[in-house]
Amino acid sequence: MAFAVPKETYSGKVFELTIGSEKTVVFGGENVLPFNAFEGSVPNRPLIAYEIQDIPPDDWPETVRKVYEGVSGNPVAWAKYCQDTLNAKAIALRLVGTHPDRNNYSPEEAAKTVKDVLAAINVPLIILGSNNADKDSLVLVAVSEAAKGKNCIIGKAQEANYKTIAAAAMANNHKLIAMSELDINLSKQLNILITQMGFDKEKLVTDPMCSALGYGLEYTYSVMERIRLAALAQNDMTMQPPMLGDIGMYVWKVKETQAPESDLPSWGSLEERGIAWETATAGSLLLAGAELFIMRHPSAVQAVEKFIDELM
Amino acid sequence: MALTGVQIFKLLPKTNCKKCGHPTCLAFAMKLAQRQASLDSCPDVSEEAKQVLGEASAPPIRPVTFGAADKAAKMGEETVLFRHEKKFVNPCAFAVEVKDTMSGDEINKIADDVLNSEIDRVGQKLRVDAVFISNASNDAGKFESAVKAVAAKAPAVPLIISTSNPAAAEAALKLVAGKRPILYGADESNADAMAGLAKTYKVILGVAAKGLDALSTLTEKIKGLGVDDMVIDPGSRNAKEIIQDNTLIRRAAVKKNFKALGYPVITFAQRDDKMLELLMAALGVAKYSSIVVMSSIEKWKDLALFTLRQNIYTDPQVPMQVEQKVYNIGEPTPESPLMITTNFSLTYFIVSGEIENSKVPCRLAVMDCEGLSVLTGWAAGKFTASKIATFLQESGIEKDLKNKELIIPGYVAILSGAIEEKLPGWTITVGPREANALPAFLKSR
Ligand code: B12
Ligand code: SF4
Repeated sequence: MAFAVPKETYSGKVFELTIGSEKTVVFGGENVLPFNAFEGSVPNRPLIAYEIQDIPPDDWPETVRKVYEGVSGNPVAWAKYCQDTLNAKAIALRLVGTHPDRNNYSPEEAAKTVKDVLAAINVPLIILGSNNADKDSLVLVAVSEAAKGKNCIIGKAQEANYKTIAAAAMANNHKLIAMSELDINLSKQLNILITQMGFDKEKLVTDPMCSALGYGLEYTYSVMERIRLAALAQNDMTMQPPMLGDIGMYVWKVKETQAPESDLPSWGSLEERGIAWETATAGSLLLAGAELFIMRHPSAVQAVEKFIDELM
Repeated sequence: MALTGVQIFKLLPKTNCKKCGHPTCLAFAMKLAQRQASLDSCPDVSEEAKQVLGEASAPPIRPVTFGAADKAAKMGEETVLFRHEKKFVNPCAFAVEVKDTMSGDEINKIADDVLNSEIDRVGQKLRVDAVFISNASNDAGKFESAVKAVAAKAPAVPLIISTSNPAAAEAALKLVAGKRPILYGADESNADAMAGLAKTYKVILGVAAKGLDALSTLTEKIKGLGVDDMVIDPGSRNAKEIIQDNTLIRRAAVKKNFKALGYPVITFAQRDDKMLELLMAALGVAKYSSIVVMSSIEKWKDLALFTLRQNIYTDPQVPMQVEQKVYNIGEPTPESPLMITTNFSLTYFIVSGEIENSKVPCRLAVMDCEGLSVLTGWAAGKFTASKIATFLQESGIEKDLKNKELIIPGYVAILSGAIEEKLPGWTITVGPREANALPAFLKSR
């Protein structure tokens, strides 16, 4: 029996997104399942952005906090360090300090931070709220204006607050992250609602919600695979935006990235274990179809970049 | 190609005699099509039907069991490309490489590490499954002593004996008779001799060729020589090639029922950079390898890989669960707090982990909610006030407690009044929403 290569061709294609203004980066655009370049085209590398915050990362575990010692007290210094020393291709600024339970920074304060960071870097910026639905709808409106013309990604719009955030992103010509909770139908529905407002579907990023290795990763993994299959095989346009894996914030709170080796000798070195957790979480979601990643530890980013080198 | 229920029905006796335990031949045919019944149950099926159905119902990827007794690793039998379609069946085995150029001490150290690699996670025992011994020296004597050393140190661990030299292979196989190792190293140049050895020593043959065309020709040839159990290596070594070959192999087997590639796949993930090796192994786990060979054992790397394998191979329909009961964390006294949660493994391990962190001894009542998380269980009507009340009463935990107080998860605060009504005499306290707030909450009480 002769071997006939069982190739698949798909009718759909993932949208290609270009972000940034001085230095731009492109991601997405493939018309095959992740890295299946043998049967189609994978024109762009997935993009990894370094995560920084508007307040010091006191709640990040030591393994990753110490990497940014000396710069993490100031978002501008932190951003410059990521760009100039770590060669970040993009930066994701999370405005956790705006959360009412944290520093409750005002939208104006957040806008100033964003302006300062943007003035200091030339790589693209992703601007994230604090994940408080009400506060985000104020903060993200203010920062969208502050970042006008910089072609950023703003996030995250959720069911509870997408209207104001999408309107602001649209008015200021930014891309937008739409996040729903681990359900392909919810994700599709949110993308539809946002595009019904007149927001261009080709400027969306889908965040189907991340989860860390060992803590629900299989749900994210399968939702991502299903979204990609819907985008490619069924040519479902609402599922064709690139997907985000917001890795760092999920990984660096689980026990495996915090528990000392002395408590759990069978788990091995804490330093490497933490990095491995972020690396493996990102690596598997890369294989499930995510094109954009937000990560924290430079060693994890480098490992995933090397993996991408081999996969492309 | 798998047959449909109706196609199978046409081959059955159509007497509806019920001897198979099904009401009609059609009902039995439907079960066969879903692989939920075995043809043997029908005593009257014709020889011709047996042959047709036997071939069609054989799993598209041949089941092969590697090693013996309780450390044996089952491989193959996969039926889908994506885990959301149906549970992936036999978790990928992890093997670590021992080279026969290593010193005796190095070899012993690796064998020891394999023996000590077992970790308990979410109630499962996970370990490095096998040792891959390679004939890097090209010297038959050195190879034999390496195999001897590993077999002496780790006699129960399944072995992959890797050499393309039939004489070296035979000497090694004699040392591990009856343990069902894999003999890896059959290729176009030595297929006859290696197939002969596989038959004589009843071992699984690892077959390598460059490219899927050559590989399928070779497995057909070897099958023709009388060897049924194989694992295959399409020769891909970098990530891009691996994803391509493994995808095409799985597709050919599962979607086209192409038998010549319907075997478990072995993947080589060795890298000097250990984080990259982790990712290469992760690629094998996610994308269809049955064995992944690595160059080293690191506990942190193992933990990440075991966890990933567990995640990828869990049943997408039936979440992982823990047993319903009241768990003691630390050494609780009658004054210690009692908390309740659901039996979703993830929930249980997160909550129990945080209670451990708090160092406050507690009782954690884990209620069967079919493996759903707290909010999902609540939304699905399984984590309700009356079910919680019944569970606590039946558990008999009351007699161990000084104060009849129950702490419930913050996300189901809404249940507190209703539980109080159903459990007269109890106080219901609403705990924090997120488990990570538990240590502070417990310490402040
Ligand atoms: C994955 C998921 C699923 C999976 C199931 C996973 C599982 N095994 O349970 C699937 C896809 C099957 C599913 C199905 C459904 N889901 Co669902 N699901 C989720 C999701 C995304 C994550 C759940 C999860 O795994 N959480 C992680 C675990 C560890 O959390 P947890 O058990 O709550 O434990 C935490 C806390 O409660 C606390 N805790 C736990 N125990 C205790 C004990 C004490 C004493 C204390 C103090 C704290 C504490 O600690 C843990 C960590 O902080 C959530 C959204 C979300 N982000 O929460 C929705 C969610 C829970 N689902 C929801 C719904 C509605 C459903 C469905 C009814 C949907 C539908 N219409 O079909 C079904 C119901 C299932 C059924 N069989 O009918 C809703 C519930 C709405 C509500 N507020 O009631 C949610 C919140 C999503 C939403 N926003 O709509 N779901
Ligand atoms: S035993 Fe065979 S003949 Fe009888 S009902 Fe079942 S399938 Fe039909």
